Amino acid sequence: MSGAEKINVTVSAVVPLNELVTRFEFKRTDGALFPTFSGGAHTVVEMKDDGLTRLNPYSLMSDPQDQQTYAISVRRDDEGRGGSLFMHNNVKVGDAMVVSNPVNLFSLDLRAKKHLMIAGGIGITPFMAQIKQLDRAHGNWELHYATRNAALGTYVDELTSTHPNDVHIYYDDDKNFIDLENLLDGQPLGTHIYVCGPKGMIDWVRGKTAELGWPLESVHYEEFLAPQPGKPFEVKLSISNKTIQVGENESLLEALEREGVDAPYLCRGGACGQCETSVIGYDGKFLHMDHWLEDDEKASGTKIMPCVSRFEGKTLVLDR
Amino acid sequence: MSKFEFPEAIKSRPTYGTLEARPGKAHLFVADAEGAEAIIDLAKADSGLMAKSHVIYIPKDTGDKFVSQLQDLGINQLYVGPSFEAAQTRLQRSLADAHMGLQVYLCGTEGLMGQAQRDAMAAGIPHTAIQTEHRGSVARRMQCVHCKGITEDVMTDPFVCSHCGLNLFVRDHYSRRLAAFQGVCIDAEDPGNVPPSAELYS
Repeated sequence: MSGAEKINVTVSAVVPLNELVTRFEFKRTDGALFPTFSGGAHTVVEMKDDGLTRLNPYSLMSDPQDQQTYAISVRRDDEGRGGSLFMHNNVKVGDAMVVSNPVNLFSLDLRAKKHLMIAGGIGITPFMAQIKQLDRAHGNWELHYATRNAALGTYVDELTSTHPNDVHIYYDDDKNFIDLENLLDGQPLGTHIYVCGPKGMIDWVRGKTAELGWPLESVHYEEFLAPQPGKPFEVKLSISNKTIQVGENESLLEALEREGVDAPYLCRGGACGQCETSVIGYDGKFLHMDHWLEDDEKASGTKIMPCVSRFEGKTLVLDR
Repeated sequence: MSKFEFPEAIKSRPTYGTLEARPGKAHLFVADAEGAEAIIDLAKADSGLMAKSHVIYIPKDTGDKFVSQLQDLGINQLYVGPSFEAAQTRLQRSLADAHMGLQVYLCGTEGLMGQAQRDAMAAGIPHTAIQTEHRGSVARRMQCVHCKGITEDVMTDPFVCSHCGLNLFVRDHYSRRLAAFQGVCIDAEDPGNVPPSAELYS
């Protein structure tokens, strides 16, 4: 099977945090201990939704050293493809579910002299685990967390009460924004910056750090792309010798899995590169959505990332 | 011509580029000997850069040849010193006081660049973010893997360790942590059977 190893779990708590965000806690069904993880890791949660299997990645936000419980916090997205709605509407305490072993694509660089964290909205979740990891190691860190308002400020109270001097909160509704240029200016040599939030925020931080001469190696970001719906299309698979249909609301990767094709994956969000697939032939247009392939690779028509990217046209033949 | 094209070698061997001006409020150069020419070239390409730069320069055997040219570049802070060891406290202090966005440019001999890179890495700059340009001598800073002694400016292979006296073969195997290439005893199994010494890259 592709992806990280699976763990059978039982939902041990469902804790609504505010109007949009709910925390889900899991215990292992076999009573054994979970693996520890490193802050910033995610788990892929399997959802059996009315015949459809969804596999959605969520950042683990529990203490990385806590082997009894894994926790994720899920923001309800009424416009999305339904994974977060399924979690919010269908998942109850006592339910049996399957999650993956942790996979980290957003780990701390422990060579850093200082960790500067920038969170936007639900992008706070990986930092919850990273902060616990850094506290244990007496790390030097600082968090700047922008969110809409106090009512939607997920974990604001917990963070400000435990770390009043290291956590800085910005509410959009109060017209209170991160003064990024000033914040970056004067950071000590060896600072690494981490950003998790909406695409606009990530682009803003990457752009500003580049302008100010920060090394690329010191700038870390995580952005999970949700696969976007699109026009249905047909794909020929040369190795499996199959022709499959990709529906409007499923990704190419999900269609492969539905047809029993064991396609590799890890993040399912266009970031990790694991699902990279060679294109043997095509007549049409690629809709590349990932941020893994380089622009020239995207233009070459020889590669596609099935987790988020789509195709429009007559024929597409993949080496899978 | 102070530039030398190193032949392709094992992955461990450092490779060098050509300095280019990068964005940033502060710029730190460490150079020795003909490395001055790389700074002079860069100053021609980007006239505003030198006013934001701190240059640490060790002329070695070039004496005064490049010093007055450097003095005419309008460098914000120019230090000319007798050796890397003499300049090292200045370098380390500059790095300790520096902020993110500092650009580090190293040019000259491999031994100088390696040692300055080691200090910049210790200060938190990823080694891949440090620019280097080789100029001048192809002499190497070698560590004897047996006695751990460092021999500077090695020009021949094999050479005699300046600490323990073993005959050492000059390897391309490099250590960023030690800022040195590895020298390995060439006649361990048959003492005295030492091939004639030849100049590096001759």
